[in-house]
Amino acid sequence: MNGRQDELPTIFERSAPGRRAARPPRVEGPAMADLLGAEVLRSAPPALPEVSELDLVRHYTNLAHRQTSIDGNVYPLGSCTMKYNPKVHEEVAAAFEDLHPEQDPSSVQGLLELLGTLQDWLGTITGMDDVTLQPAAGAHGELTGILMIRAFHEANGEGAQRRNVIVPDAAHGTNPATAGMVGYDVVEVPTAADGEVDLAAMKAALGPDTAAVMLTNPSTVGIFETRIQEIADAAHAVGAQLYYDGANLNAIVGKARPGDMGFDVVHMNLHKTLTTPHGGGGPGTGPVGVKAHLAPYLPLPRVRQEVDGTWGLEETRSTSIGRMRSYYGNVGNLVRAYAYIRSLGAEGLANVAEMAVLNANYLRVRMREAGFQPAFDRTCMHEFVARPPEGISTNDVAKALLDEGMHPMTVYFPMVVKEAMMVEPTETESLQTLDAYADALARILQRAARDPGALAEAPTTTPVRRLDEVAAARHPVLRWSPRDEDGEAAAAAD
Amino acid sequence: MDIPASLRYARTHEWTSELEADVVTVGITDFAQDQLGDVVFVELPEEGARVAAGDALAVVESVKTASDIYAPVAGTVKAVNTELEAAPEKINEEPYGGGWLFRIEPDDPADRDTLLDADAYRVVCEEES
Repeated sequence: MNGRQDELPTIFERSAPGRRAARPPRVEGPAMADLLGAEVLRSAPPALPEVSELDLVRHYTNLAHRQTSIDGNVYPLGSCTMKYNPKVHEEVAAAFEDLHPEQDPSSVQGLLELLGTLQDWLGTITGMDDVTLQPAAGAHGELTGILMIRAFHEANGEGAQRRNVIVPDAAHGTNPATAGMVGYDVVEVPTAADGEVDLAAMKAALGPDTAAVMLTNPSTVGIFETRIQEIADAAHAVGAQLYYDGANLNAIVGKARPGDMGFDVVHMNLHKTLTTPHGGGGPGTGPVGVKAHLAPYLPLPRVRQEVDGTWGLEETRSTSIGRMRSYYGNVGNLVRAYAYIRSLGAEGLANVAEMAVLNANYLRVRMREAGFQPAFDRTCMHEFVARPPEGISTNDVAKALLDEGMHPMTVYFPMVVKEAMMVEPTETESLQTLDAYADALARILQRAARDPGALAEAPTTTPVRRLDEVAAARHPVLRWSPRDEDGEAAAAAD
Repeated sequence: MDIPASLRYARTHEWTSELEADVVTVGITDFAQDQLGDVVFVELPEEGARVAAGDALAVVESVKTASDIYAPVAGTVKAVNTELEAAPEKINEEPYGGGWLFRIEPDDPADRDTLLDADAYRVVCEEES
């Protein structure tokens, strides 16, 4: 029943009628229909898989063996900050897992103090006056930030006048998407030849109709915006707000602060910079910091310390943009981020940025020596963009890396660089791992030089080979359905 | 690389046909489809939309990237190629034929003359490849 590695059955296909992992004793008592009302009960049992405990363990263990994860190997996805999550955070978070958000604040004083302290620390790290911990992801933080900016302009009577949000052409797709969701028009400014934002184009785009400028520093190509002060001054001169996308905070944490650069709003991806879990879609955590003039618009509830020293929740504030998420956010991750800051301290955080930048530059130079071309040949921050030599495709190199047992870098992003490979090793990789990655890439280029067709076959050692990405994109099958005897999906895919 | 002499071109790799029954037909060039790779999704404008030259009007998405398609001339969108919604591969297979994107009735038909001819566009492609 375990099957070949390339054809693992689904848990439903392992099902056999009546099979159970556990058989609890029958409990005497009132019928479920009497307790809940017959109208809420199912007429037929749900189609759940019926498996033994051993089937269950084998199924998920086999699935886990097929995963590539940071716990298994280097995972240098540019723009994603796939750093290692220390296991001690799990133990710390577990200490809080039995609390319920409906508990009275008087019974969760420790947690509220932790959250209140974390708010202060995140404000200190980013140079902001106040922080909300609610948003459940980076993009959710962006939405929260841009909604606050809109509320600010509306309160100043400029809601109708300010229609545009400016984003660089290299920006994360979430930036223009956020602006669009809040109802703004997106104005794109190009990247200059040195990898920084084109300052002249930025100044030309700024005007009385600009609501905000969304930037990340270092930029999406891993280069520090040395003209950030000038950009901030130009944005503020026309009354626009400056938004900091915290996706690249790992490059400057403990060393430089967005608030000091002139940013008015910052979101932080705790699942990137502050080591909360990142795989499998999260849950992410995207706290947002603001300067004092935007604090009245922060979402509710707010964790705060009362005059008597106890901790409580502020539930009403007329200027607030309202509630962005149920309760206080992804509390388990907030606890993990607290543990990380607490264990590193200010010096440790600065060391994170130093090592992240050093590692990226080391790998950048080693890849250049191996024959890769840097997109911008200058010192980078925590990540860099390169491309393979002429005639070799980034996709082939990425597939060949899988045969080396390593996860590829981010490929074909940012879109302003052709055949882009975006590499972010993070501070948690050792010199030996960086060398192994660079050696593997050098071997791949040598193979391609000897036999130009060699990479087309890769990967050859993985459970599945090249997937048909085109068919998957054109005709996505998003829901599993049972197969008939011929092995065809019985229900039409949708 | 196929660059038909009868068409006009934008630096952003759209082709524009001659005026026919008051409209010009617009698509992306052979060079553009080759750079994008297999097209998997197309977002088309609404018929009747008013556009200025240079407005982002459609999106063509491939496995590796997504590209805005810009209106080469100002005017009104008169038709869109809805067949592409089910068969975006037509853009790769017949960029100058069945892969057309939309038809615009130009405000001023002379605007088309400001676009690049085939020789000038060939230079653009050589610069970018």
